[in-house]
Amino acid sequence: MRNDTDVVWDSLKRDTEQRIQSGKAFIQSGKLVDAKDTIALLETIIKPGDKVNLEGNNQKQADFLAESLCKVDPKIIHDLHMVQSVLALDSHLDLFEKGIAKKVDFSFSGPQANRLAKYVQEGKVQIGAIHTYLELFGRYFVDLTPRISMVAAYQADKQGNLYTGFNTEDTPVIVEATKFKQGIVIAQVNEIVDKLPRVDIPAEWVDFVIKAPKPFYVEPLFTRDPALITDSQILRGMMALKGIYAEYGVQRINHGIGFDTAAIELLLPTYGEELGLKGKICSYFVLNPHPTLIPAIETGWVKSVHSFGGELGMEDYVAARSDIFFIGPDGTMRSNRAFGQTAGHYALDMFIGGTLQIDQYGNSSTATASRVTGFGGAPNMGADAKGRRHSTDSWLKCGNEYTMNHQLVGDIPRGKRLVVQLQETFREKRAPGFIEKLDAWKLAENAGLEIPPVMIYSDDLTHIVSEVGIAYLNRCADMEERKAAIRAVAGYTELGLLADPKETRKLRQKGIVKTPEDLGIDVSRANRSLLAAKNMKEIVEWSKGLYNPPNRYRNW
Amino acid sequence: MALHEINYQLLIENPKKIRKEWAHIGVVGSGDLEVLMERKDLNGAVQVKVVTPVTGFDFIWNRVLESFITENQLGDLLIEINDNNATPIVVSIRLAQALAEANRVEEEEI
Repeated sequence: MRNDTDVVWDSLKRDTEQRIQSGKAFIQSGKLVDAKDTIALLETIIKPGDKVNLEGNNQKQADFLAESLCKVDPKIIHDLHMVQSVLALDSHLDLFEKGIAKKVDFSFSGPQANRLAKYVQEGKVQIGAIHTYLELFGRYFVDLTPRISMVAAYQADKQGNLYTGFNTEDTPVIVEATKFKQGIVIAQVNEIVDKLPRVDIPAEWVDFVIKAPKPFYVEPLFTRDPALITDSQILRGMMALKGIYAEYGVQRINHGIGFDTAAIELLLPTYGEELGLKGKICSYFVLNPHPTLIPAIETGWVKSVHSFGGELGMEDYVAARSDIFFIGPDGTMRSNRAFGQTAGHYALDMFIGGTLQIDQYGNSSTATASRVTGFGGAPNMGADAKGRRHSTDSWLKCGNEYTMNHQLVGDIPRGKRLVVQLQETFREKRAPGFIEKLDAWKLAENAGLEIPPVMIYSDDLTHIVSEVGIAYLNRCADMEERKAAIRAVAGYTELGLLADPKETRKLRQKGIVKTPEDLGIDVSRANRSLLAAKNMKEIVEWSKGLYNPPNRYRNW
Repeated sequence: MALHEINYQLLIENPKKIRKEWAHIGVVGSGDLEVLMERKDLNGAVQVKVVTPVTGFDFIWNRVLESFITENQLGDLLIEINDNNATPIVVSIRLAQALAEANRVEEEEI
């Protein structure tokens, strides 16, 4: 029989204490480590095979710590298992090139998509899985708990408390998962101050603080210049507003990142007003602080916006609108990706956004044969939340129309999230937006993935808006009818050319397909004069000078 | 950049003439095109000339033009298109805009 006194139940804690003890050699005062000692600190406290999190998402990046980790000696530190939201910086992939890291579990890799696919083929990177943000955060508390996390904050005080402010984003969930499983947390900060505006992360959960040589990188990912919005995007926006927003009275919404939804935001004060929709749609958003939403906010359309992350240049505008955004007692916004994604999954009635390819069944993907892009958070919103139990009008209406549901649940009423894809039949270089089989299949083969990466599955997709018309897929009786409805809006793509005009006419009579004409929309009106702001300068004017666009968007 | 020319003619039943003598819309910017419409006695037919850098898509041009002409019952019309890589939807929107302009009632006519 085993002697109970020999069993160790706090090995992680003991190991962490030992590592922190040896790291103390680099501490100047409190928890502060000089930037020049960063590499040596990392070589001391990280061990081969550790699960390591480098904070970064599609917005802020712990870039100094990422670059420092790339400079450690691979003989000392190797085979790391990276568990992190994104692979976005060159340094994130350099880790694998240099043999410091071996495996990755992540969510989004847009900017490094080509390189990642190449490294996977060459055997330099082993992908655990590609997740949505919320799914990955969930796994931080199950089987992907980081041993070491490296996060980014605006400010730290002498004790090591952190202010992450407007760009709080993923920091709370990473730090909680790491620290409460006895892990080590290192923070890079822009400055050390005597007193923080507020404490976002308490000092007890932070082990080392480093003032980085330059402020952490932030990507203004959700800034869309209205000057680049096309007539075709405006047409789809008009169709969506009339045929979906108004038809279902949708109040709780997430918009995708593209120009199509930027166009919709800028159509609310003009075309939306003309349709008499103010107060009836778009009152609540889970959304980053999109500059293009400013005219709708200023004209009183929007009651509330919760944000996953911050958006460069929107700090002052957001702070001055505390009735709308989530602002701390100190007067600045706190974004939070984990809460935002939870809200986006459970509390919204509609996700609407664009994609690269939709297949004949209605599955869509942004992957191509040579790009591993990942998902980010879109699938959390672009999916019917099966655990949802509260009812709203638009959710119930969409569910009542969902003909195929009755085959599965009988006569019990059940709502359905509206999941809408805005799709141009042809993208740049005449690449078709509708296709028989997704390129994601080829990618799965090339990159050795178990399943083709699908952004939105067909059974979650309820509507497609192309310039040809809206397909109300939720109203289709079976897969054959769904496929016909998709072909009917696929335009002159090969898939669209297979549409049978007689069948399309029947679908139009049943209200499953509606053309601009069926919706009473004059196509010739679809031009830029309908936008509430036509360029960045006009957005600044709408904001009464509170929005401060990044330099690259200042062209006046 | 070599330009490619497509000529296309279509005669449908009971065609209608445009109201104004001519109309012009659009510019030959990247991904865009210009459309010129001119009322012309062509025994009821519509004659189209497309100048485009794109080859291999004549079939789609024909489909786009045919559905535009048929749906709007057009005749005795000359259409000239100068294209710079516009997608079919942009072509359709510009055609609709040119037609709206061609049929616009001037104030003095009312």
